[in-house]
Amino acid sequence: MASITLFFAGLTSAVIVRSSESGWQDISMPRYFWYSTFVIILGSVFLIMSKKIIKRGKNPADYIFLTFVCGVIFAICQFKGWSALVDQGKFFVGEGSSPASSFLYVITFAHLIHVIGGLISVFVTFTKSVNSKYSKENYLGIELTSIYWHFLDILWIYLFAFLLYII
Amino acid sequence: MSDHHNETFLSKYIFSLDHKMIAKQFLITGMFMGVVGMLMSILFRLQLSNPGESFAVLEWFLGEKWAPDGVLDPNMYLALVTMHGTILIFWVLTAGLTGTFANFLIPLQIGARDMASGFINMLSYWFFFAATIVLLTSLFVETGPAAAGWTIYPPLSALPQAIPGSGLGQDLWLIAMTLFIVSSLLGGLNYIVTILNLRTKGMSMTRLPLVMWALFIVAILGVLSFPVLLSASLLLVFDRTFGTSFYLSDIVIAGEALHHTGGSPILFEHLFWFLGHPEVYIILLPALGIVSEVISVNSRKPIFGYKAMVISLMAIAFLSFIVWGHHMFITGMDPFLGSVFTFTTLLIAIPSAVKVFNYLATLWRGSIRFTPAMLFAIGFVSTFITGGLTGIVLGDSALDINVHDTYFVVGHFHIVMGLSAIYGMFAGVYHWFPKMYGKMMNKKLGYIHFWVTFISAYGVFFPMHFLGLAGLPRRYYSNTAFPMFEGLTNINEIITFFAIVGGIVQVLFIFNFFYSIFYGTKASKNPWGSTTLEWTTPIERIHGNWPGEIPTVRRWAYDYSKPGHDTDFVPQTEPLKEGEEEH
Repeated sequence: MASITLFFAGLTSAVIVRSSESGWQDISMPRYFWYSTFVIILGSVFLIMSKKIIKRGKNPADYIFLTFVCGVIFAICQFKGWSALVDQGKFFVGEGSSPASSFLYVITFAHLIHVIGGLISVFVTFTKSVNSKYSKENYLGIELTSIYWHFLDILWIYLFAFLLYII
Repeated sequence: MSDHHNETFLSKYIFSLDHKMIAKQFLITGMFMGVVGMLMSILFRLQLSNPGESFAVLEWFLGEKWAPDGVLDPNMYLALVTMHGTILIFWVLTAGLTGTFANFLIPLQIGARDMASGFINMLSYWFFFAATIVLLTSLFVETGPAAAGWTIYPPLSALPQAIPGSGLGQDLWLIAMTLFIVSSLLGGLNYIVTILNLRTKGMSMTRLPLVMWALFIVAILGVLSFPVLLSASLLLVFDRTFGTSFYLSDIVIAGEALHHTGGSPILFEHLFWFLGHPEVYIILLPALGIVSEVISVNSRKPIFGYKAMVISLMAIAFLSFIVWGHHMFITGMDPFLGSVFTFTTLLIAIPSAVKVFNYLATLWRGSIRFTPAMLFAIGFVSTFITGGLTGIVLGDSALDINVHDTYFVVGHFHIVMGLSAIYGMFAGVYHWFPKMYGKMMNKKLGYIHFWVTFISAYGVFFPMHFLGLAGLPRRYYSNTAFPMFEGLTNINEIITFFAIVGGIVQVLFIFNFFYSIFYGTKASKNPWGSTTLEWTTPIERIHGNWPGEIPTVRRWAYDYSKPGHDTDFVPQTEPLKEGEEEH
């Protein structure tokens, strides 16, 4: 996670360096990115609840599944966000692109790749939970998935705030 | 796990999960790449000492295309310089050095059966191997290998049409580097987890040998800095392939204006050097650790200032993240910012001086044994001082601007980073060879190897400082067009002479290495009289390291010549006597 943090720190500091130079274009964030912020936080909430449930000795499969659904909605929102950017005439490459828009796509895309990794992990935890592989004493899988998901969540909040104010 | 189990040739030598075998794989691949990288340097040195002259050897190695009539092609010159730097920095001194000694020593010195994950360890090697294949493949593509320098600055690296080497060669370079980063991250995470979680009973962090501390801190540095290089490369790939403009702006090639606008090549330099500078310490710290062990063992004295050594390692590692700007003083940086980077850079001299002082204090009045390993360790202290001193010149922005991108810089970093690290690596190989292969290396050949290497290496890099002070720029194919440099050809001839001598003597080392594996005299269990845990393992290779129980550690790693004991070393496994203080 430290590596991933530094990877994004590299990208966002690049934006800061670049944005202080001339020819930087401001971009207004599509509303879909607000929705995605909401659902990724919701996913974290469900994972917190599922941890509480397993601690009580009950099966949290339903809640883990809800996190998975949140993740999928997040991915869809990101795609819709990009379409909205295209509608605004802000492209990744080509004539209509600028370093600001290119950065926006790269950062959000790189984050989504990590979310897909998180989704795989959530899905595996879900199937194990359905098969009752976790118990009150042994729920390391849920614990680790939660840590990663919360990390992605906080990372996105940071990136979104960053994109909102800097780009 | 603790006993021999049935192994096939494939599982023992190729897809081995045993950390000792993986270490040997890293070492031998590193040595092979070392030969390739060194050979490249000799080829381009011929051009620098005898510009435009014909050499049959150039045509023999590079063929009619890249050395027509034996004269080196300028594009190939740039490619050779680039590949030499890339191979030596990443393949030999990062993977070859850390990969070998981290894998070999971590489980043995902390008292673990193997790495935390043998499988991830194996993957780490095979990603490295794949990276090696891709990099070597790039030598044989039609447009030649990457030629934008090991620092791959855009726009040269970002525009495939810029020079022949910017084409497929650069793509393959980037792919190889991505695989390399994956290998390095997998390895690094494994080292960190192993050192934190698998230490044997009694092995507290403060009882760790210094080489463990060095490798631990290097792994953290690698895990934190390589991702930033990855993000820099990612943006570079987008610029190259998809037509984005992160690093490119207002460029005209062959009369044609490109569509790129708004990018900044300086941005790449910031991202690159945020990795690039810690990378210097990723190379250097393992050598610092190895030298601490070798000097202490062969002086028969405890290392002087153990805590200061650990703290200075940490300080160097921390500072390495806030000095990257000193590579960029002439990029139009605000002079105030430049002075900040000068300040942080010069701060590094403090922990470095602490280390040198402690090495000298350890040697002081010791019963020194001049084994080949010890000679290389002392050689390391020498180059660390001479190279470090010129570092103070270069770290100061007011002075650096005068010698920026000249041979002064080439001389500086080859001595402080190249020579120091390679001496550390040689010291490590001579020292731990008996543990790796159960045989001793030939001492006489070792002495010849050391003295010829030591003299010829200074013969190569010391005169470069004079070239640099005279203003000779680095990376140039030829300086014959500038009358002011005419008088410098002699110096270049001397340098090339020493480079060839230094190159030839490495053959002696390689011969000694492989000959000793098969025909060397048998090593005893603890030939150097060392205290650390690896020398308590049996001579023959066991998957699991110790038959039966893992030993318990009862004292620190440097009880040499301790009063009240019969021998001049007390193994870490020996309990403290009644009333004996730990140290």
